[in-house]
Amino acid sequence: MTGCVTCLTRACDGKEGKRLVSILEVSDLAVEFNTIEGVVHAVNGVSFSLDSRETLGIVGESGSGKSVSMMSLLRLIPEPPGRIRSGSAWFDSSKGRVDLLSLSKTKRAAVRGRDIGFVFQDPMSSLNPLMTVGEQIAESMRLHLELGDREARTRTVELLDRVGIPAAAERYGNYPHQFSGGMRQRVMIAIAIACGPKLLIADEPTTALDVTVQAQILDLVKSLRDELGLAVIWISHDLGVVAGLADRVIVMYGGLVAECASVDELYEQPRHPYTEGLLEALPRVDQDRGEELRSIEGTPPDLYTAPGACPFAPRCSYTFDRCRREVPPRYVVNNGHDTACFYDLAERRPRSE
Amino acid sequence: MSNESAVDVRPLVKVEGLKQHFPITRGVIFSRVVGAVKAVDGISFEIFRGETLGLVGESGCGKSTTGRSILQLYRPTAGSVQFDGNELTELDRDELGAIRPRIQMVFQDSYSSLNPRHSVGKIIAEPMVIDGGYARGEMNRRVAELLELVGLNPKHRARFPHEFSGGQRQRIGIARALALNPDFIVCDEPISALDVSIQAQVVNLLQRLQNELGLTYLFIAHDLSMVRHISTRVAVMYLGRVMELADNADLFNEPLHPYTQSLISAVPLPDPKAERERRPILLKGDLPSPSNPPRGCVFHTRCPLAQAVCSEEVPAYREVRPGHWAACHFVE
Repeated sequence: MTGCVTCLTRACDGKEGKRLVSILEVSDLAVEFNTIEGVVHAVNGVSFSLDSRETLGIVGESGSGKSVSMMSLLRLIPEPPGRIRSGSAWFDSSKGRVDLLSLSKTKRAAVRGRDIGFVFQDPMSSLNPLMTVGEQIAESMRLHLELGDREARTRTVELLDRVGIPAAAERYGNYPHQFSGGMRQRVMIAIAIACGPKLLIADEPTTALDVTVQAQILDLVKSLRDELGLAVIWISHDLGVVAGLADRVIVMYGGLVAECASVDELYEQPRHPYTEGLLEALPRVDQDRGEELRSIEGTPPDLYTAPGACPFAPRCSYTFDRCRREVPPRYVVNNGHDTACFYDLAERRPRSE
Repeated sequence: MSNESAVDVRPLVKVEGLKQHFPITRGVIFSRVVGAVKAVDGISFEIFRGETLGLVGESGCGKSTTGRSILQLYRPTAGSVQFDGNELTELDRDELGAIRPRIQMVFQDSYSSLNPRHSVGKIIAEPMVIDGGYARGEMNRRVAELLELVGLNPKHRARFPHEFSGGQRQRIGIARALALNPDFIVCDEPISALDVSIQAQVVNLLQRLQNELGLTYLFIAHDLSMVRHISTRVAVMYLGRVMELADNADLFNEPLHPYTQSLISAVPLPDPKAERERRPILLKGDLPSPSNPPRGCVFHTRCPLAQAVCSEEVPAYREVRPGHWAACHFVE
């Protein structure tokens, strides 16, 4: 990789700069899956850092590796067939700085749920259908915070109330199927924040929800984030949701980071052809219909072959011979903005190195 | 017929007072009807030749049921569906069979709507086999032509659905819908399952085909941005009723119904600056159950403007301005 993962300057060895405030530093994460048809190269060397109280949006299409990379940080992918081939993930846990990827099982369990909360896309499959929602929230507090039954119960009712469940005390004894989709997602959020985590990882939590319910959930997450001082990693394929929520955005493609920038810069001056294409392919609800959408031709990359070239090259209109020979490194184009592309989109010519 | 000369005055499809109720039964042996899910509860609209009518709403609002009821895949509980002057609800099976080639459907889920054991060639030829009267050579030629039309390689006709990506499978579904030269296609969330970059490809294909073949679409979707992009006119549904219907520009620039207003305000914009300015109108609570819809205006339980009258009287669905329909007591 190109030097320091935090400030992305090649000269910096990571000992200075923002290192002190970052609570998570992931470098060179690679994950693969062994399947009958061959090895799926899901994540191929992903590096990023996250500051405390920062919201990082991770955008990409299905198969881009956005979920797998975040799930593997907590070792939530099935191993086997999954395998973490390389990488480290240093995290400021309540018990000091630890590498999440090399922690023992018991130590990992202590970090999961306590210091890092997770919200998944489908609350129906992540909640236990045979357990009341109150019990599911109280369980993690009894385990991690060593609260007594009574205390855990009181705190659960407070949490249910905080996430916007009406008549929280009565709803404690309800089962997940008695809640609507939006309410279940509120329960998931309550579980995720129950033990006072520093980091919340949300994997497409509003994708299955209707747009008016999504607006409610986004509003809730924003207020909780500010109130509890959470750092958030928000995985989404919706560039609209990320635009309204994130401070910084990573765009993933083919298991690699294509572009990383502050939210304003990414949407205003995308410097990777894929980001540029995605933004142009989106119609907008606040603009009159144009003639034709710009589409990105071709199909998503085949992950069965190990990356030896830019994964976007076959679909890119700027491709030249080098793109098919080498995997592009992340070039820094501006302070805190980098792009993995051999073509300089601002200058409209190949990079001269 | 090209899109410019289109939007003829005679409606191709005319829906009046359409109701589609599904019975809720209890008991196995002495099964009795204890209620009904009022999926569609009295809606009326017209679709003109060559236009795209966008039908939007949240899950459970009855938009997909509306599409299926128009095609008579469900026999409607009440109301009328006229297609090019024919009253579809009164036709029997054979008579419907004669008209079906002209009305087709593209489904959301290409995994479950394409038979995994049939080759692509067989899938696309199937409507011709059912309709009858096509020689083998003619069918083969037509399949090749259709594959080319939707942007697939005609040489891939012997392949099976699993060998194609999601976007390509959706193209196969579109080719099948086009096999019998239809006039009208119901597109039921055709792009919802696709990635952003692929959505644009499929939407562009649908628009190109409309221009080339003079097709009329009912485009059912929950993605308001895409509906704004593709539709000539737009209808907004909520709990089985049409809340508002208007020209594309009128509906998005000047939504009159409070539900439409909140729906549009809730859509996140892919623009951080605009996002900081956007103030969504947050609705209270969740969608009520369609088996027990609220009395009066179905939206009154969540409406920010609701008054006493809203829980008592059903607001009339009326033409508030020329071509702009809404069902709200307070729309002037």
